[in-house]
Amino acid sequence: MIDEGLQSELKKQGVYVTSLQELYNWGRANSVWPLTFGLACCAIEMIAASMARYDISRFGAEVFRPSPRQADLMIVAGTVTKKMAPLVVRLFNQMPEPKYVIAMGACAISGGPFKQGYNVLKGVDRYLPVDVVIPGCPPRPEALLHALITLQEKILNQPLTGPDRPRHLNADVPGEFPVPAYGPHDLEPPNNPNLWQPPTLTR
Amino acid sequence: MNSFADLPKSGYEVRPKIAPDGAPLGELLEISIGPHHPSTHGVFRMDVVLDGETVVKLKPVFGYLHRNHEKIAENISYLSSMPYTDRLDYFCSMTNNWAYALTVEKLAGLAVPERAEYIRVIMAELTRLQNHTCLIGFFAQDMGALGTPLMYAFREREKILDLFESVSGARMMCNYMRFGGVRVDVSGEWLAQTKKIVSDYRKFLDEFETFLTQNEILMARTQGVGVLPRELAISASITGPMLRAAGVNYDLRKVDKYGIYRRFDFQVPVGAHGDIYDRYMVRVLEMRESVKILQSALADIPAGPVMDPKAKLRGFRPKAGEVYGRIEGPKGELGFYLISDGSPNPYRYRVRPPSLINLTILEDMCLGQKISDAVVILGSVDIVLGEVDR
Repeated sequence: MIDEGLQSELKKQGVYVTSLQELYNWGRANSVWPLTFGLACCAIEMIAASMARYDISRFGAEVFRPSPRQADLMIVAGTVTKKMAPLVVRLFNQMPEPKYVIAMGACAISGGPFKQGYNVLKGVDRYLPVDVVIPGCPPRPEALLHALITLQEKILNQPLTGPDRPRHLNADVPGEFPVPAYGPHDLEPPNNPNLWQPPTLTR
Repeated sequence: MNSFADLPKSGYEVRPKIAPDGAPLGELLEISIGPHHPSTHGVFRMDVVLDGETVVKLKPVFGYLHRNHEKIAENISYLSSMPYTDRLDYFCSMTNNWAYALTVEKLAGLAVPERAEYIRVIMAELTRLQNHTCLIGFFAQDMGALGTPLMYAFREREKILDLFESVSGARMMCNYMRFGGVRVDVSGEWLAQTKKIVSDYRKFLDEFETFLTQNEILMARTQGVGVLPRELAISASITGPMLRAAGVNYDLRKVDKYGIYRRFDFQVPVGAHGDIYDRYMVRVLEMRESVKILQSALADIPAGPVMDPKAKLRGFRPKAGEVYGRIEGPKGELGFYLISDGSPNPYRYRVRPPSLINLTILEDMCLGQKISDAVVILGSVDIVLGEVDR
């Protein structure tokens, strides 16, 4: 690491010293391309965030890509039903690494107001590694911008080497997640055990 | 390329083009548009069979957003269903609230105070303005105008959402109406602000129309495309701007005269050809009529209470019976059918969603059209998947 005092001293002389990690993360954090992927009500607020008033392009994330092959960020905006869940996971698998997930709204977090429903997935974190969650029903566009900034902070602090390095730099951790199948009663498996376990009560 | 024999079995029959002597002509291609596709307005799938670029078979597949709205509503009290109606058609929460409140009021025999009726009309017409504006933005986007018309539409939508937010506390999910009135009164300041936004809306519509109405590309892509014949529209029970564009003068605001609509002087725009261009024009003209209704409602609104004093929110048990209530939502006839058995929960709760019923004739409009036109036709139907699948 570079000494901060030396770095600022050099900056005064017109020399900017940085590490490859910072430069790489700085570039990645400011050009997150989301997937044009709306499920329900929250998608309208996602569109509103990309329009002139909230202007998500101030944070470099205005390039909504319809194809998962070109996207870095999946904003799960809305209720994930059991019919849709395998397709959501498959879309995520089609995205190239490094990739991130924002669970937008109460439905994507936990099923939200529709949690009692027989056809609603009770949280997309059962199948996908969620990086940022935004509560709200629906969250305001400002909340989405806040989630994006939170994600940018996460990207900026990701080390490129060492045991904590992210998934896409670690060959031992797969980037693909098993796609659930339609079973006779429910999705099978009901959750990805590596990502989510049902809470256990300890008394 | 597939030949007809190689197509996967899909549970329905695909009829290939047949030459007069009975031999199949050409090769067919079956593609699946959606459920993740930017033009399907949500999670909706079209199984399309193409001959070259021409649609020869189209099968809509629903259910990717089935959120058990009706089943949940049968297990909770009448009032608790009100926030769920917001999430039916998430562009028009105010009109959904109104349709549900109107149905329960009919069931329980509640009266609505004068001021609340005016507030409801104001809210419903503001909803109609923002829904039609956004729809036109979205369907211009389906034709390839990426962003620009939608930017204008959302600029205006945000102004209306600010009004909703300042009175109900939420931008989209207003949860504003109650059985026998509305939740909170509007202030004089709010009315003044609404007046200003409504009078500016004419200017915005002129601007919007300058860009779109005479636009060469829009005319070429929409005139004579996706024609819905008048007879088919009636027999398929299409409602809303789709029906009026097909040349049927049917608007529940004129037919039922629910609320206080008989007091307002407005016209019902009716199309002549039933194509996409007519649907676009009917919506633009409807917005101009909405502005008229809003201006007279804002001028006439009386003072007074906004809730029926007899209405009680807690322990609400309407007498046993069944009822169907309907209003003219921005997308068509939105109806609620309720059966009460005298308990705090409805025994049966059913929504008549205009989007779903307007979508049933999608194949009839798309057959023989190009695949890129099928996308625009779907856009012009004005569907919201929250309401289609419920």
